[in-house]
Amino acid sequence: MRRYLLRRLGQSAVTLVLSTMVVFAGVRALPGDPARALAGEQNNPAQVAAIRAKYGLDDPVPVQYWHYLTHSLRGDLGTSVRTGIPVSDMLRSALPVTAELSLLALVVATVIGVLAGVVAATRRGTVAEWVANGFALLGLSVPNFWLGLMTILWLAVGLELLPASGYVPFRESPGQNLQHMILPALVLGTQLAAVIMRQTRSSMLDALETDYIRTARAKGLRERTVVWVHGLRNSLIVVVTIVGLQLGALISGAVVTERIFALPGFGKLTIDAVFQRDYPVIQAVVLVTATAYIVINLLVDLLYSLIDPRIRVSGEAT
Amino acid sequence: MTVTEIDTDLDPGREAGRPRGGRLFRRLRRSPLAMTGFVVLTLAVLAAVLAPVLAPYSPDHADFSAVFQPPGSPGHLLGTDSLGRDILSRILFGARASLLVGVLSVLLALVVGVPLGLVAGYVSALDAVVSRLTDVVLAFPFLILAVGLAAIRGASLSNAALAIGISQIPGIIRVTRSETLRLKSLDYVAAAVAEGATDLWVVVRHILPNATSVLIVQATVAIPGAILGEAVLSFLGLGIQPPSPSLGTMLSEAQDSISRAPWTAVMPGIAIMVLTLAFNLFGDGLRDALDPRGSRR
Repeated sequence: MRRYLLRRLGQSAVTLVLSTMVVFAGVRALPGDPARALAGEQNNPAQVAAIRAKYGLDDPVPVQYWHYLTHSLRGDLGTSVRTGIPVSDMLRSALPVTAELSLLALVVATVIGVLAGVVAATRRGTVAEWVANGFALLGLSVPNFWLGLMTILWLAVGLELLPASGYVPFRESPGQNLQHMILPALVLGTQLAAVIMRQTRSSMLDALETDYIRTARAKGLRERTVVWVHGLRNSLIVVVTIVGLQLGALISGAVVTERIFALPGFGKLTIDAVFQRDYPVIQAVVLVTATAYIVINLLVDLLYSLIDPRIRVSGEAT
Repeated sequence: MTVTEIDTDLDPGREAGRPRGGRLFRRLRRSPLAMTGFVVLTLAVLAAVLAPVLAPYSPDHADFSAVFQPPGSPGHLLGTDSLGRDILSRILFGARASLLVGVLSVLLALVVGVPLGLVAGYVSALDAVVSRLTDVVLAFPFLILAVGLAAIRGASLSNAALAIGISQIPGIIRVTRSETLRLKSLDYVAAAVAEGATDLWVVVRHILPNATSVLIVQATVAIPGAILGEAVLSFLGLGIQPPSPSLGTMLSEAQDSISRAPWTAVMPGIAIMVLTLAFNLFGDGLRDALDPRGSRR
């Protein structure tokens, strides 16, 4: 187990360092001279040279990379060109919104996906299976931002059931916060629910054919217990794997969903930054996303090896 | 499995169990859903290719005397938008862009991903290197990648395709790698090696051809994802730029008039859905037909 842990940690560290290099290279590939941009409208050569020296833009590339890395590690992600606010402060106010949205979407997707998957696997040849399968196919084919627009149109504008957009911090009013978040979470979770449903279904079908299920049935356990306790336990591992695999899709989806429902999260920050050419913000967003992705995936993998001892064993064997 | 389905082909270098060619199509034909997908897909591709002939108007033709015409209005089957442009014509041209981005990005992913996957699966020493590269690409979700590319190179159709294509490379590498690992352990590869075949010959002549069917399925499944990706990027303004017709930009323009003219948002969305659904149905059918375990799932 310890060897597996160390190896997995080492891999993540390598990936992380390579990712920061990619971001650094991307920043250098940005159009225009950053020193001239910082000097503003009336840039004279002396001013530009001073800025160049101040920000270390004259240093060799490896030195610049090292500065970039150490600054980032200290949480110094630069200052927004547009607002003059430190980027880390902007992230601190935006990240909780996105984290809440993603977590809620994950819960919605897991509940719907697992339920539908089990139904499709155990009620073969019934209407319920068709409905569950149809739901999964639609979930994979409907663009989630369009689904967002449609739900706003019907539920919020037409029926006036839920607020169509906006955000209330959880600390101010948990009830209102959830009212604003539930539609976006449903919209963001649909596609993930479809993926989870399909995987749950296929791993459930596999599980139901195994000997230990036959044993459970032979013991005279009720079918409900066999399916939901014995069968599902194996399938839950699949859900954990999918969360790791679909994390990128979830992050991408959150950006779009926030845009549609006007939530002041990470996605809004990102898109605004692109259109305002706020390069320090873009750079920070890309770096933070990559880091978050790598760290969460590491955690998922560790969790996975805790749930399923077989992974540990094979991890040590190779 | 019925008796007729037992593989009687004795074609050397071809593994048993996986149907090909005519028999594959016969299996596919037995699935009504897959056939529906195939027919819809064919029609959609035809409609997109023939858009200049089929479209009743030019997609950019604005008519300010006929703004927000509801679907079914004379001359405008699917209605018009805020500038009086014909929605049907814009959808036909938009689908063209969607399919183009979908196919181009998946081609890019195949061109880069297949060789890397073959190398990772066949040369154990390079497996870890390719895996780390894959991890790095995965660490940048496609939208974030697109944001970065848009910042560096500006927003355009080609950059959208590039971002989507890059983000699909890891999937292609993974599938190719695991297929290569599986095929490498089969007897016929060992036989070829024993006969003195070079590694390159084994990979190109014996492994790649047998991995094709799996790759075709993977590509079929990747294209709808790419189409959705293009729609998302264009919707956010990071892809195809207005006034060029794209299903994504149509939706983004429709946002302002959604309560006044819902059809401006409904129609392009349905078009995206039909395209991706058709690909998904066909891809599912293809995967089932290729599964040696039969049509259990």
